[in-house]
Amino acid sequence: MQNVVIIGSGPAGYTAAIYAARANLSPTMIAGLQPGGQLTLTSDVENWPGEADGVLGPELMEKLKKQALRFGTEFIDDVVVEVIGTSSPFTIKTATRSIQSKAVIIATGASAMWLGVPGEERLQGKGVSACATCDGFFFRGKEIVVVGGGDTAMEEATFLTRFANKVTIVHRREDFRASKIMIDKAKNNPKIELVMNTTIEEILGDNHVTGLRTRNVVSGEDGSIACDGIFMAIGHKPNTAIFKGLIDLDEKGYIMLPSRSTATNIPGIFACGDVADHIYRQAVTAAGTGCMAALDAERWIESQE
Amino acid sequence: MQELNSSNFDAVVLQSSSPVLIDFWAPWCGPCKMMAPTIEAYGSEHPEVLVVKVNVDDAPDLAQRYNVLSIPTFIVMKGGAVVEQFAGAMTKDVLAERVARHL
Repeated sequence: MQNVVIIGSGPAGYTAAIYAARANLSPTMIAGLQPGGQLTLTSDVENWPGEADGVLGPELMEKLKKQALRFGTEFIDDVVVEVIGTSSPFTIKTATRSIQSKAVIIATGASAMWLGVPGEERLQGKGVSACATCDGFFFRGKEIVVVGGGDTAMEEATFLTRFANKVTIVHRREDFRASKIMIDKAKNNPKIELVMNTTIEEILGDNHVTGLRTRNVVSGEDGSIACDGIFMAIGHKPNTAIFKGLIDLDEKGYIMLPSRSTATNIPGIFACGDVADHIYRQAVTAAGTGCMAALDAERWIESQE
Repeated sequence: MQELNSSNFDAVVLQSSSPVLIDFWAPWCGPCKMMAPTIEAYGSEHPEVLVVKVNVDDAPDLAQRYNVLSIPTFIVMKGGAVVEQFAGAMTKDVLAERVARHL
């Protein structure tokens, strides 16, 4: 029987692991599909307190992992498929393992959303991407579309001009959600073109992306854009599919925390990081709530003894 | 694990008598770094598969030849021909399953 199993390995999960390990709970972490979480998809992180000169996302996650392991976290490179039990102890299942634990900390985070249009899934890894820092390299001298209207879209488009000859930002609305400073930066970049009021209907190409079929939402007219790659920046969705029916979720699928703590509706199951936060979504807020979850779990386990 | 480039790729991979799993990666790619221990572990558990790495920074021509547009990309080759190509981070079990289809 474990004291606490932490599901997920982003800043929230690792901070929970550091605190739980230092409290002698010998936590077990199950890393999930994207070990290290969303920060492994970024390049420079300039707002992590203490890293005065900035730090690379993957590097920061390696440091957090090292710190969690130093205090005795057991790290399992596997993916949880189910959590069973409406009261402690809980059974945490992966494809090949079944682990019993007194408490569970959910830190599964959020993942990039996809458009869900024809051609998208088929052409993933062949010009359809959700990771500009991973895949921008392959589009040197080419033409790229970035979909979205938020800060992420502006940031990725600006980053991708390092490689591409031309980056077109396609947004379904008239107005951008992004901050003014980010929009201006994109607008002033001669390689970036903005296309508003336009949705993407289909991604075209046989072995790799060759273009998009689009629709103007104002005129209703069909159109097309020739491009070699398309990068998604249309927001994130919480990774809560496996908790449906067990944990109370809000209408967007985020885990609800009814009290001013990290406790979910099930006593003994706690949640932290982006999986329970659609407002702040920062590495440092995720880490902060990860610490809270470990302290909450520690007190809860003590109260049960 | 052997790191290949344009000068030795053909000799090692195309001439291999056993199936080959190629990991296209780069030092600036977060998911690639996270996958590295998984690939390493897979390689030591599966001596019947030749597991090699290609750094796309050092061998952009190989990335282009195999139409690699995303990393990490994994390619399974048998008798010098590509039999499977997939991209993104995954667990060792999923990776093993995708290679096992071709063994």
